[in-house]
Amino acid sequence: MNSAAGARPLSPTATRGGFVTLARKYALQIAIVFVALLIWAFFVWRAPNTFLAYDIYNALMSTTPYFALMAIPLTLVIIAKEIDLSFSSIMAFGMAAFDVVFLLFSKTDPQLGVWLGFVACLLAGFLAGLLNGVIVVRLGIPSLVATLGTSFFWSGIVLVITNAQGLGLTPTKETILYSILVGRIGGRIPAQFVWTIVFVIVIWFLLNRTRFGAHVYLSGDNVESARLMGVDVARIKMLVFAIAGLAAAFAGFVVSLDVLFFWPTLGGGYLLNTLASVFLGGTSVFGGTGTVFGTFVASFIIAIINPGIVAAGWTAYWTQPIYGLIIVVSVSLQALLRRRLA
Amino acid sequence: MDNVLQMVNISKTFGEVAALRHVDFHVGSNEIVGLLGDNGAGKSTLVKIITGYHQPDPGGEIYWKGQKVERLSVARAREMGIEVVYQERALADLQCLWRNIFMGRELANRWGILDLKAMSDETSRLMQTAMGFTSAAVTPDSVVGTFSGGERQGVAITRALYFQAELIILDEPTMGLSLTETRKCLDFVAGIKQAGKCAIFIDHNIFHVYPIADRIVVLDRGAVAGQFMKGELTFDELIDRLSSVARTGSLEGNNRPAR
Repeated sequence: MNSAAGARPLSPTATRGGFVTLARKYALQIAIVFVALLIWAFFVWRAPNTFLAYDIYNALMSTTPYFALMAIPLTLVIIAKEIDLSFSSIMAFGMAAFDVVFLLFSKTDPQLGVWLGFVACLLAGFLAGLLNGVIVVRLGIPSLVATLGTSFFWSGIVLVITNAQGLGLTPTKETILYSILVGRIGGRIPAQFVWTIVFVIVIWFLLNRTRFGAHVYLSGDNVESARLMGVDVARIKMLVFAIAGLAAAFAGFVVSLDVLFFWPTLGGGYLLNTLASVFLGGTSVFGGTGTVFGTFVASFIIAIINPGIVAAGWTAYWTQPIYGLIIVVSVSLQALLRRRLA
Repeated sequence: MDNVLQMVNISKTFGEVAALRHVDFHVGSNEIVGLLGDNGAGKSTLVKIITGYHQPDPGGEIYWKGQKVERLSVARAREMGIEVVYQERALADLQCLWRNIFMGRELANRWGILDLKAMSDETSRLMQTAMGFTSAAVTPDSVVGTFSGGERQGVAITRALYFQAELIILDEPTMGLSLTETRKCLDFVAGIKQAGKCAIFIDHNIFHVYPIADRIVVLDRGAVAGQFMKGELTFDELIDRLSSVARTGSLEGNNRPAR
């Protein structure tokens, strides 16, 4: 097939050992696990009473999924070199769709209403995500601006639909859906934690073992090459936004079900910790690199900071500045790493 | 000689700018066509139309092996066997070698699940044969961004060759290469000829194009300024003609300008 190109070895560059390659390949993931252990050890040392008891881990397993369920699919969006700021509003928008359908059936068949409402919630989230994708891809608007706009739009729509009224969800406790999504497995493990693991596996598989995932990486790395080599970048980007929207609605449903109440202001306060999880997890804001595992571990680091600070005896007001710092520092580290590679 | 590719009356305008004006162009079977022209002459636009990246303005016609092709897309062009080695090199720097080799055409089953082992094995094989990577330090999992210019060019060329291309387009392949790497690249183009395939070789360096092209087409300001078979002109005459193109926009002598 080829006679010419095999003639002479190309100039060998610096030595690249197999072990080094392997270590470099997983360096960020190894690093994030060490960071997690370090922070955990620090809090165990500062507040042993809290961190050597089971309760705190039970609490972490039930509340971390609230944003980890969004951070994991959001990793796809960031790898594709886009950003989504609207997912926290889509949480509430999905629940507003549930609200409408649920109330429609509340007199006749509340059980059916819960199920249909759940479907409506997921569908609303998927469509809202897809709309983000369409605006970004078809109109060529930077996703930062587009999703900032849709974020305000959806949270406003939620207030219009619900008239800013909350909704008690006690009837859902009778459904299997409740046990499946937020029940306690073996009386201990919160079901939403298991769902988070499921999300990690599914999204990891999508990203690393399918053609779709390969194209997500390529679209984020070098969009021009990807297009030239026949990757349907538009389709990929619309899909990642849609997946992020779907996951946001799912997370909104899980949160509401867990507290048995839907607040129309749902989602406020999830923007910062979700994004921080993705960036701390080693996913590059410049696109093209990132791991689902990193996001998963990082979301628990983010989750442990707040209770850790309180248990260690400092004021909880430190939480926000630390989250902000984490985003700035991890993104700066990515910029430095990138410059070294170039 | 049957034409593998024939393009008739191709124009392309971007807003106010006419990048190509009524260009007729063809590639015969087992022919190496050198495409010369200054920056902005329309070489890259022509290539991007051949590969389906841009659509020509209405009125232009493209024939592949005598068959008319309607609405050429990137995927369609690659299916037909048109491969490009781009001047931007079209590599994804942060991705590993096998992902670059199989970019946009990953081996997968019908559910889109990747066959990692097949791609990794195939990449290993190509590294030893086509790319000539002898260093044990480079693996299919090495990140392409760490490679040298010549190595990267090897990856791009191997990728084009692997997929059984009928027509290989090299868009300024020697740009930024060292002398030995350039030599290797030109050897490769000669290899295409021996393998019975055809190629379009784009360069603004006539010293590279002249020795290996069967026919040379000169583009100037979006139109074909002239073309000639290699035997027709000596190297010095060619240089005279090209300077004339630069001044007046047409080649002098017995080859009439295309328009």
